[in-house]
Amino acid sequence: MFRKPLTLSQKKQWYGVLFVTPLILGLVILFLLPLIQSFRFSLSSIHLVEGGFAVDYKGWSNYSNLFTTNPDYPRRLTESVTNMIVNVPIIIIFSLFAAVLLNQKFRGRALARAIFFLPVILASAAIANLDISSFVGGSTMSGGSEGNGGLMQSFELKKMLTESGLAPMFVDYITGAVDRIYEIISSSGVQILIFLAGLQSVSPALYEASRIEGATGYEIFWKVTFPMMTPLILTNMVYSIIDSFSHNSINSLISETAFKSFEFGQSAAMSWVYFAVVTAILGISTAIISRKVFYYD
Amino acid sequence: MKSPAAYADIIQYRFNPLEKSKLWLWKLVRTVLIAGFCFIILFPLFLRLSVAFRSKVDIYDPTVLWIPRHFTLDNIKIAMEATHYFSALLNTFLISAGTTIIQLASCALAAYAFARLKFKGSGLLFGLVIFTIVVPPQTIMIPLYLTYRYFDLFGLVKLLSGKSSVNLIDTFWPFLISSATAMGLKNGLYIYIFRQFFRGIPKEIEESAFVDGAGVLKTFYRIMLPNAVPAIVTVLLFSFVWQWNDSYYVSLFLSKVKVLSTQLMDMGSALGKEPDLVYQSMLLNTGVLLLTAPLIILYLFVQRYFVESVERTGIVG
Repeated sequence: MFRKPLTLSQKKQWYGVLFVTPLILGLVILFLLPLIQSFRFSLSSIHLVEGGFAVDYKGWSNYSNLFTTNPDYPRRLTESVTNMIVNVPIIIIFSLFAAVLLNQKFRGRALARAIFFLPVILASAAIANLDISSFVGGSTMSGGSEGNGGLMQSFELKKMLTESGLAPMFVDYITGAVDRIYEIISSSGVQILIFLAGLQSVSPALYEASRIEGATGYEIFWKVTFPMMTPLILTNMVYSIIDSFSHNSINSLISETAFKSFEFGQSAAMSWVYFAVVTAILGISTAIISRKVFYYD
Repeated sequence: MKSPAAYADIIQYRFNPLEKSKLWLWKLVRTVLIAGFCFIILFPLFLRLSVAFRSKVDIYDPTVLWIPRHFTLDNIKIAMEATHYFSALLNTFLISAGTTIIQLASCALAAYAFARLKFKGSGLLFGLVIFTIVVPPQTIMIPLYLTYRYFDLFGLVKLLSGKSSVNLIDTFWPFLISSATAMGLKNGLYIYIFRQFFRGIPKEIEESAFVDGAGVLKTFYRIMLPNAVPAIVTVLLFSFVWQWNDSYYVSLFLSKVKVLSTQLMDMGSALGKEPDLVYQSMLLNTGVLLLTAPLIILYLFVQRYFVESVERTGIVG
């Protein structure tokens, strides 16, 4: 009967376990089991029977079908992946730039910040689907002046850049970014936020010291601000890649395969291939960036 | 007392026309850039707003640019009918508010455990939480659907009611269950934000609470939560907004229950009888405005706290 009372640290540990119990339950029931199940589904064909569903093992045929008989999948996969690779660097450069701008002191800063975070609220898959049609409507209604202006502008820019001797690939990249400026701004709200929080945490002593040493603003950015931001560039890159999952065409293809044509196994295989590709991209880009990342310790 | 040379430096710096013009040039460029970006963000919103009040006549009138000549509320009326606005609004609000509050509780508790109440395996568990962020939701979509379609908690349901499983599709339960277990929309991210923030709160405050005889639970809601207001505001806003805008989980779990985001996606076919394509896109525009209007109004009120809190959230790794 003489049980030793728990020490504070033991008590804390038990509370810790108590606090994460819901999480563990959710993790097992709603994440790990479905993950395993999904992998099993991808290796089999599923049909609904009364009061449940039946799973027949089929081997790897779902996977090989994706690349041999499915007309849409390889095309959409490459499309999504290229979009992601093209957009993520632009988003990161833009959001770092915007965060540096917003971090400076000027009149109306609070207003500008509030406006810059607005896309976090407006970004939605449902709206994104409608955006194109509404823009067509918008430009016809306002006499097409905006649309024409935009086209002309990037045409001039393209000409100028090409004449300045830049490789055509880069010219296309830059003008493409200018054309899609709305898309880029609207998907970089959270990233700006993260960079801004990071910029605020850089110690002012560093800036002061470099000022005393006679560094110019340009040098300070590249030698102080940028290295301090590298961990956040990594975070933001991972976030941007993950964020691009939620609105691309492969997503809708996977849902359609599952709930319109009821090929659950095929759809599971699709998502696993997609997952593998994304993991590979995340792994490679993290490996490349994290070598350059600067940490204090 | 500064040396005369230092003063000379200051004078040279402050009154040098070159330095001064450089400063002003930069100010000008910055203002133009910020104004330009703000314009790009706000332009579609203003366009939508202006289009929403236009009557059909104004579409083809090239002299109408911003302010409609024939002011009308018909568009809004038609869009509201097509989306069953008020019932959908109520459903959306119930789901968003409910999940937000439950998620806040479950994520904060778990994050506190990860930050301060470390136990054996908590590092591994946190790694798994991060892993949930990385896995695309599509991967577990079907099993998740089937889990809720034939919901049977380790045979518990069978034991209690005798039925082999319950169908939770088309109820609010999937949302409530997944947020109570911190597995809802982007919950891994919220846990991460909370954990980073809790780690930034000095240990001494907590220890003094323990010394004064507060239990772990009391310390959590009397000491840690009041100190974590910036993180709470951020997570509240994020989870409410993302749940509101989400069409993925909503269309997965609800087919008969009407929610704004799915209604908006179906609005095109609901307007099928409208022959004029331009007018139809105008109505869709109005629908988008109706979806976002509550959020924008909400944002107008909380943006001050939000922008302030960002600076102290410690989202930073």
